[in-house]
Amino acid sequence: MIDVIIIGGGAAGLAAAVACYDSGVRDILIIERGPELGGILGQCIHSGFGLHTFRQELTGPEYAYRFIDEVHRRGIRYVLDSMVLSISPHRVLYVNSRDGIVEEEAGAIILAMGCRERPRGALNIPGTRPAGIFSAGTAQRLMNIEGYGVGRRAVILGSGDIGLIMARRLTLEGAEVLAVAEIMPYSGGLKRNIVQCLDDFGIPLYLSHTVVDIRGKRRVEGVTIARVDGNRKPIAGTEIGFSCDTLLLSVGLLPENELSAKAGIMLSPVTGGPVVDDLLETSADGIFAAGNALHVHDLVDYVSEEAAEAGRNAALYVRHGLPGAEGFVEVAPGHGVRYTVPQRIRRSSLKAMLRFRVSSVFHDADIVAESGGRELRRLHRRVMAPGEMERISIDGWSGDITIRIEEGR
Amino acid sequence: MDRERLSGYDAVIIGGGCVGTAIAWYLSRYDIRICLVEKESDISEGTTKANSGIVHAGYDPLPGSLKATLNVRGNSLIHQLAQQLSLDFRPNGALVIAFSAEDVRTLEGLLERGRRNGVPGISILSRSEVLSREPNLSPGVQAALFLPTSGIICPFSLAYAFAENARDNGTEIRLREEVLSIQAAEGGFDVRTSRAVIRTRCVVNAAGLYADEVHAMAAGPGFSITPRRGEYVLLDKSEAGIVGSTIFQVPTAAGKGVLVTPTVHGNIMCGPDNIAAGGKDDLSTVGQGLAYVMASAARSVPSLDFRKVITSFAGLRAHPDSGDFIIGMPVPGFIDAAGIESPGLSASPAIGEMAGSMAAEYLGARRRRHVIEERKGIVRPASLPMEERRRLIASDPLYGNIICRCEEVSEGEIVEAIRRGAATLDGVKRRVRAGMGRCQSGFCMPRVMEILSRETGIPMEDICRNGEGSEVII
Repeated sequence: MIDVIIIGGGAAGLAAAVACYDSGVRDILIIERGPELGGILGQCIHSGFGLHTFRQELTGPEYAYRFIDEVHRRGIRYVLDSMVLSISPHRVLYVNSRDGIVEEEAGAIILAMGCRERPRGALNIPGTRPAGIFSAGTAQRLMNIEGYGVGRRAVILGSGDIGLIMARRLTLEGAEVLAVAEIMPYSGGLKRNIVQCLDDFGIPLYLSHTVVDIRGKRRVEGVTIARVDGNRKPIAGTEIGFSCDTLLLSVGLLPENELSAKAGIMLSPVTGGPVVDDLLETSADGIFAAGNALHVHDLVDYVSEEAAEAGRNAALYVRHGLPGAEGFVEVAPGHGVRYTVPQRIRRSSLKAMLRFRVSSVFHDADIVAESGGRELRRLHRRVMAPGEMERISIDGWSGDITIRIEEGR
Repeated sequence: MDRERLSGYDAVIIGGGCVGTAIAWYLSRYDIRICLVEKESDISEGTTKANSGIVHAGYDPLPGSLKATLNVRGNSLIHQLAQQLSLDFRPNGALVIAFSAEDVRTLEGLLERGRRNGVPGISILSRSEVLSREPNLSPGVQAALFLPTSGIICPFSLAYAFAENARDNGTEIRLREEVLSIQAAEGGFDVRTSRAVIRTRCVVNAAGLYADEVHAMAAGPGFSITPRRGEYVLLDKSEAGIVGSTIFQVPTAAGKGVLVTPTVHGNIMCGPDNIAAGGKDDLSTVGQGLAYVMASAARSVPSLDFRKVITSFAGLRAHPDSGDFIIGMPVPGFIDAAGIESPGLSASPAIGEMAGSMAAEYLGARRRRHVIEERKGIVRPASLPMEERRRLIASDPLYGNIICRCEEVSEGEIVEAIRRGAATLDGVKRRVRAGMGRCQSGFCMPRVMEILSRETGIPMEDICRNGEGSEVII
């Protein structure tokens, strides 16, 4: 019997473990499938991490190490190269080479499995299937961890942050990035990444464009992009051909929740992560979720913050039990809001932090939280974009809550 | 260029797809010296690697055709061999569904045709019988032809199984070796390849899309093979269960149409269309084709969720101008097993038997006294009972190290795949499914490359996806 088991030793798992320990739980186990702690941060060797948390610009490995260090200092236990096979409330089954198959009882479980990249197949891009097509993160790993080049002339589809970061990375390694094509009329990445990774290197960003053909038998030989109409369908006659050996895909991240789904945990069709309440508890008793397994974040600082909440709540759960929920109020995404996390709030809670994404770009608009016909809170934003997560903390609700965007005030 | 001269062979089989390997499997039971020559870097790289993976019952081919006879015989052989060769095979049954009164009349014709072909157990089910068996089918379904002997198979597993068993019984397998010419020589033929000149008493042509060219090398112009492309989409395992049987629509002149089927590995697959390919190596997909496949599949199963597509791909059919399989001996000692389009996978063991017997008879070969009948599959820890899985990991810890998280494939399985001949990422993927899952190798590719490099000594820079020119690292 272990008090709290944390599935995943990346940004979320580490922060959850530290906060859980600091809330009085001593018996914690982190189960990590990779060969070291830190998760995907290990391959993010660019800087820009930790501006909110540490007021410093750290690289991914540096940011991870701050937390790994805290985990070591507290003597929190972890197992590496270990794959969780199944979970259920208060039970985790995992496998590794050293211990074989291990079944552990757990007081509480925190889901911190992170996310994966959407593959080419999900897009049905026509053309051939040669070598040289990588998801951006796979290319990043090959370059930054293994130290190999993945191509000399590249086109990138999707302007998610990993794609933007990789545009710069490839350029710095001497490759030529011919184009970044984005099917939406706006980028899916952070503004600062557009500026620092594309603009600074003169890499063209083709908004409202997608890849319509891939050529090459064994290795990519060329890629054709075309403009898309309002329904994201390619417009004939707008094709632009590129001769290249590599196509990187940065077309979206998907929370990894196969374990959650197998355990019968309710998932949101919008986020791909579990439906949670304001204490980040899922539909399963004593199972919490945080980080990119819950919903895809833009900044790791917010992952750490959210995961620490999950760690504290799991500690509360095993030490004293959570306060009675007395039922839930639902949080509904209104105009301009794609989703919120949490999706519901315990009636017994007094305040809650809502994280959400907008559904398109807004200028000079307000975030409005309402409940029972009354405005709870209003925040003004100069710009909001789908690539950046928004947050609003609320209190004083009387019933179900709506979060919406109000323009032109 | 001076090529190595090899002699003393009784049979050279050209082509390492399911047909060539089936012939090798059958012939390896005789006391003769055989080699199989394949131009690609692995077995199962041609038409075998991309098709519907269906072991057809045999309702569709014209009675009396080789297709009909060999399909029904092949289906029965696969049922018999499944255990002996550890095939990834499941007899899940199939339904040919009718949407109109005219379709129902066609079904009656197919029922009659199926009976004449000797397909066991077939019958026509009423609308309510169909829907109680497959509740997710379109409510517009009127009736269906039920084919209990139809099954699903991993097509690569069939070719690997035949090849491995043939190798265990002495067949030599030569990869990355393309046949350039065949000349009559004393006592048989000289098969000139990209690496050697092989003297053999007999040659078997199982060259798939290129069988017309190989035929012409030995016997002059005969038939021609046209590549016909078929495109597929594969859905995530999360969609498993939407259908249990293989669902066909009523066939048209263009073929058996778009099917919806579970795969033996638990995905859902839809396809194929049937269009002229740009060439014998044109494996591209086109937007229109995929859209057609999805729209047709949705006609059978309206609730299919195409947001769950994890990959799409195309395969080629080796379509002969004769319309039927071409199996025969046009010149003494040269045997064709050509024009093997659908139902070629289903028929392959029977083609092996038929073309193999012709060769054995021509050679006057005698049965080997000791034959290894059994081929063991690669152990799959994820499907073992817990205690057995524990024991396996205790005896070889590599089976506890999961490399491909989506398909739960361990390092032990990958090492075993390499030991059995996988030398590329695709070779590993087809043998043990690392990279076949929902992330499509995003996470495991670098690790599989490392294991390949470590086990084979091939430098990382030279690790290929599927043969020379497809290096991953530049």
